[in-house]
Amino acid sequence: MDQPTPLGDREPRTPRPARRGRGRGAPSAVQTLLAFGVLIAMVVVFSIASPNFLQFDNIVGILLATAVNGVLALGVTFVIIAGGIDLSIGTVMSLSAVMTGVVITNWQLPIPLGIVAGLATGAVAGMVNGFVIARLKLPPFIATLGMLKVANGLALITSGLRPIYFTDTPSFNEIAMGSIVAKLIPSLEIPNLVLFLFGAALIAGFALNRTILGRYTFALGSNEEATRLSGVPVVAWKIAVYAVCGLFAGLAGVLIAARLDSAQPSLGFGYELEAIAAAVIGGTSLSGGEGTILGTVIGAFLISILTNGLRILSVSQEWQIVVTGVIVVVAVYLDIVRRRTQEQA
Amino acid sequence: MKTRTLFPLAAVLAMLVASHAWAETYIPVISKGFQHQFWQAVKLGAEKAAKELKVRITFEGPENESQVDKQLEMLQAALAKKPQAICFAALDSKAAIPLLKKASAAKIPVVGFDSGVDSDIPVATAATDNVAAAGFAADKMAELIGDAGEVAVVVHDQTSRTGIDRRDGFVNRIKAKHPKITVVAVQYGGGDHLKSTDLAKAMLQSHPNLKGMFGANEGSAIGVVNAVKELKKQGKVVVIGYDAGKQQKDAVRSGLMAGAISQDPVGIGYKCVEAAAKAIKGETVPKTIDTGFKWYDKTNIDAADMKPLLYD
Repeated sequence: MDQPTPLGDREPRTPRPARRGRGRGAPSAVQTLLAFGVLIAMVVVFSIASPNFLQFDNIVGILLATAVNGVLALGVTFVIIAGGIDLSIGTVMSLSAVMTGVVITNWQLPIPLGIVAGLATGAVAGMVNGFVIARLKLPPFIATLGMLKVANGLALITSGLRPIYFTDTPSFNEIAMGSIVAKLIPSLEIPNLVLFLFGAALIAGFALNRTILGRYTFALGSNEEATRLSGVPVVAWKIAVYAVCGLFAGLAGVLIAARLDSAQPSLGFGYELEAIAAAVIGGTSLSGGEGTILGTVIGAFLISILTNGLRILSVSQEWQIVVTGVIVVVAVYLDIVRRRTQEQA
Repeated sequence: MKTRTLFPLAAVLAMLVASHAWAETYIPVISKGFQHQFWQAVKLGAEKAAKELKVRITFEGPENESQVDKQLEMLQAALAKKPQAICFAALDSKAAIPLLKKASAAKIPVVGFDSGVDSDIPVATAATDNVAAAGFAADKMAELIGDAGEVAVVVHDQTSRTGIDRRDGFVNRIKAKHPKITVVAVQYGGGDHLKSTDLAKAMLQSHPNLKGMFGANEGSAIGVVNAVKELKKQGKVVVIGYDAGKQQKDAVRSGLMAGAISQDPVGIGYKCVEAAAKAIKGETVPKTIDTGFKWYDKTNIDAADMKPLLYD
C-alpha cells in the first residue's frame, strides 16, 4: 500500500493536466484505500483497547453519529469536486429542519409535505448560493459564508427562537429511529437513519459517476475555462451543483429533525467543517477535479469512529479535540505527498 | 505510512491503559459544556465528590450549548461503557429520552443536574431555581435604582432552559412587582463576551436613559460591564450580573457591578455525583435537590461562606 517516495532530484513541476479523468482512476483510489486502511486499523486498536467498543449498541451509535454528517459530506463532495466550497450546509440543514417543523407541527400538514418542504428549502438555498457564485461571480467562500448567516437567522426567525417539537406526530421520529431491518430480522435493530445514509450515498455515487451532472462536476473542477469553451453552459451547471449540495443539506435537516424529534434552530455552526473534513480525508481534493463518494463515506466514518473510540476509552475531551485536528492535517498532508509523488513520476 | 499513522494512536492507547484504574464504580458526568469556567467549577465539585466517595468519574460536554446531537452521542458512548450510574444535564431533554429509556431499561440510575430532564427517569435532579434567582435579581435592581425607570437585559440564549428561565424570572418579576420600572430591551449575545459587549453598547446608546442592566450569565454580564466601561457610564448605570468568574468578581470589587447572583456550581457537581453514588447503593434520594443561589456584592464577596461558590 505504501508508495515509495522518490528521493531523487526534484524535477520542475509540470502543470496539472486539464482533464483528470473521472475520479475512478488511480489517484483518488490510493487515498481512499489509505483512509480505509486507517479506519480498519482504528477499529482493531479500539476493539483491543476496550471490550465495550465492538458491541452492537455502540456500533449502532457510531452509525447514527455518522448519518447526518455523512449526508452533509456527500453534498459538499460535489461542490468541492467542482472546485468550490459550501460553508452554509450546517445552518441550511437547521433551516430545513425548522421548515419541516413549521409544516408538520405548526401547520399540521401531512408528514410527506414537511419532508418535501425541508428538501426544497435546502435545494433553494443551494440554488441561491449557485446563482450568487456563478452569475454574480462572488467567491464561493464569501457567498456561502453569507448564506451561513442568512440561514441561521431565518431558522431563528421562522422557529420563533425555540425548538419545534414533533411529539404530536410520533411517526415522524419513526422515519429515523424506527427500524425496517428489525422487522425483517428481529434481532437486528438498525435504525432507518443509517439506511438513509447508505441510500443517499448510492444515489450520490450514481449521480457523480453515471450522469451528465457528474461529468460536468468533474469538468468544472478540473478546468472551468476549457469547459466553458467547449460549449457547456457553465453557469447553469454550477447552480445545479450547488443545488445538489443544498438538497443533501435539506435531507440532513429532515433526518436530524426526525432523529432529535425536534427542529433545533440554533444548531449548525461547525457542521460544515466536519463535513468538509470527511470529504477531504476521503480523498476529495480541495483544489477540485478529484474525489469519490466512497471516499467521503469512509472519511465520515473515520471521524465518527475516532470520536466514539476516544470517548469509549475516556480520553479527556481536550485531547479528543487535539487528536481530531491532527488527523485532518495528516490526511491532507498525505494527499499532498501523494500528489507530489505522482507529479514527479 | 500506515505505521506512522498508527504510532501516535498506540501511544495514546498505552497512556490510557495505564491510566485505567480497574473495576471500581464508574459514573460518567455529561454536562452541557466543558470550556466555560462555570462547567469547570461543576467538574471540580463532581471530582471532589468522586474522591470522597471513592468512585471514578469522567466529565464531558459539547463545545457549545446548541449541539444537541453531539451531546446525545456522548450519552450513547457513556452508556456503551456500562456505567453504574450517569449524571446528565440535558441540552434538550425531549431529544434525550430514548437513550434515557435505554439507561433505565439497563437499570442504570440517571441523575439530572443543572437544568435536568423533563421526564420521570432521573432518580434526582440537582439544580438552581433560575426563575427564583433571576426574580431576586429583579428585586435588587428595583431597590438600587429607586423602583422606577428604564432597565434592559442581556441574555445568553433564546432557546435554552436557563436562558428562558432567567429572562422570564427577571422580566416577570419587574412587571408583577415594580410597575414603575419598564424593561425596554431584551437582547441575546450567545454568552459570547465580545458579542455581548457590542450588543450592550448599542443598547446603552439607543436608550440613553437606562438606569440598570442585567446580564443573565457570565458572558452577558461581562459584556454589560465592558459596555458601561467603554462608554464611561460608570456610576450612571446599575449593573447586575449572574454567576462568577474573575472578571465579574473584579467588577464587583471595583464597584462597576452592583452585585450578582451566584449559583453553586461546585455544589451542583458535588451533589449530582453524591446522589448517583447513593442511588447505586440503593439509598433513596430526594427527587429535586435545590442547590440554592446567593446574592453577592462588595460587602460579602470575600466572606467565608461566599468564597467557595465564586469560581475564577
